[in-house]
Amino acid sequence: MAGLEKKSTAFDDENLSGRSQKLFFDITEEENFTYYGNHEVDFNKRIEIDCEKLDGNQLNQKIRDALRDGYGSVVIKNPGAKHALGVGILNKLNLIFEGSLGYFGVGCIDGPTVRINGRVGWSCAENMMSGKVVVENNAGSCFGAALRGGDLIVKGNAGARTGIDMKGGTILIGGNAGAYTGFMMQRGRIIVCGDVSANMGDSMYDGIIFVGGEPKSLGTDCVEGEMNEHEVRWLEQKFKNAEIETKVPASKFKKYVAGRMLWNYDNLEPAEKKGILG
Amino acid sequence: MCGIAGVINKKKNVNVGEQMSLMLQGIKHRGPDSTGYAMYGKPKKDGFILRFKVSENAAEQSSSKSEDPEVLKDRKKQVDAIMKTHGAKITKQSNSTPYAFRYEFTYKSENLEELAKAIETVENTEILSIGKGLELIKDLGDATTVADQYGLNKFMGTHGIGHTRMATESDVDIKSAHPYWAFPYQDVAVVHNGQLTNYWGNRRILERSGYRFNSNCDSEIIAVYIADKMAKGIDLEQSMHDSLDELDGVFTYIVSTKDQLGMAKDHMAAKPMVIYEGEDIVACASEEVAIRNIFPHEIKTYDPYEAEVKVWQV
Repeated sequence: MAGLEKKSTAFDDENLSGRSQKLFFDITEEENFTYYGNHEVDFNKRIEIDCEKLDGNQLNQKIRDALRDGYGSVVIKNPGAKHALGVGILNKLNLIFEGSLGYFGVGCIDGPTVRINGRVGWSCAENMMSGKVVVENNAGSCFGAALRGGDLIVKGNAGARTGIDMKGGTILIGGNAGAYTGFMMQRGRIIVCGDVSANMGDSMYDGIIFVGGEPKSLGTDCVEGEMNEHEVRWLEQKFKNAEIETKVPASKFKKYVAGRMLWNYDNLEPAEKKGILG
Repeated sequence: MCGIAGVINKKKNVNVGEQMSLMLQGIKHRGPDSTGYAMYGKPKKDGFILRFKVSENAAEQSSSKSEDPEVLKDRKKQVDAIMKTHGAKITKQSNSTPYAFRYEFTYKSENLEELAKAIETVENTEILSIGKGLELIKDLGDATTVADQYGLNKFMGTHGIGHTRMATESDVDIKSAHPYWAFPYQDVAVVHNGQLTNYWGNRRILERSGYRFNSNCDSEIIAVYIADKMAKGIDLEQSMHDSLDELDGVFTYIVSTKDQLGMAKDHMAAKPMVIYEGEDIVACASEEVAIRNIFPHEIKTYDPYEAEVKVWQV
């Protein structure tokens, strides 16, 4: 790890520079925060959809129909580990899956709160913008790939390349994570309560990885950082919110960051967009 | 991308043909070109089961050309003659297609290498498998098509592996389809999802040791590699661990023997595998949706990590 040093990068040290400080549009303008097809929904209005005889497209269409009809709580029965379920939801919604999802579950979502009472396959919540996803069992590889915002939680273990290319948000893993966790991550936070396999944080640009156990090895550009009080309190709050009990207290978690600045993307992001990315 | 699947039922004979068919049909989308099964029935006390083909399936999607049916019959006669010359006594024979045959036979020795090599001297003839319990069937089309064609839906046995192939590195034909038998090792078969990058170098080494390759498909080398290791007295699990260091690339594979099922995942964990371990049954596949075809209810599954090897016993 020649040439790399411990960094003090932390939440409150982030300095915006360049174009990040400029406003490109007025955040009070409603149109900037309203998607086409966005609906007003009532969370007390609940509908159950049986997925047993539906494919991914058919189920996703039924969820959209429910949103259009004002349903704020949608329960999916018998998802059967099918692929690409619950994708592209750009709305506030309580979405509950009574079972496991296959690949690319709840990808490209912005806003819903999702609970999955089962396992998820590869690339769950890929490109998620905001909202919250909770997985009760294990997750496959590429969990939270290219995540941009929101909270992504798995109570069990996650596979290889968790948080690959992530650009914001938080991934919380109650168990262990696989090889190349945080590979090429550019922003955001990954918390692993257990151990992490080889090459953690390989080629990471920025962002922070917190580990309760031990990483098997660190990848290129990943170095140990120094935890501050603010971060300990933040971790404690995350564990509390997710109802996850850790083997070691938050203060004993180790923090890992990028050892050098590979790219100053602050110059590319409008400040308010950065706010969303969190 | 290819799909692989395996199932092992502990201590009981079940309709493993139906289990494998359902699983492979569930991952049909991963490989529409061909489907293969390697399944294990009750092991024969005396004699062996031979599966071989004397030509290719020249269906529309095939890379192969159609051959005269008389030529195929002649090749079969040549195989029969060679077996007789080598002292192998055919006790039962059947065929589901003009080019693929199933024989039961007795033989003077447990070492089948000499016989197998002699049979494969017949033009375009390839032994798909020889074993006491192993039956390896592969052909073009999806799982249902192949199972119906070869009557596999009532195959009683303990375990099996299978493959749905998307041809990327070689032709659409039976010889490039999986599973691969670990020639000349009886009852060992392999299915693979991924790419091997040091295929040619390893192939030359194994060829110099006397092993034969029937295709240019990189997956075949895993079967030959395992056979070579086992011939040297190394057990299945250690052979698989060795393969992770010596075979380079991104891959997940499943291997089966007369009483074991094993899986291995490369150092990058780049190819998928989902495992369900129940009390009486273990099922693994490229996607959970395949396993769910035999378990309609919710089950707890997991992904193995990188460089992981697992072996289960019947």
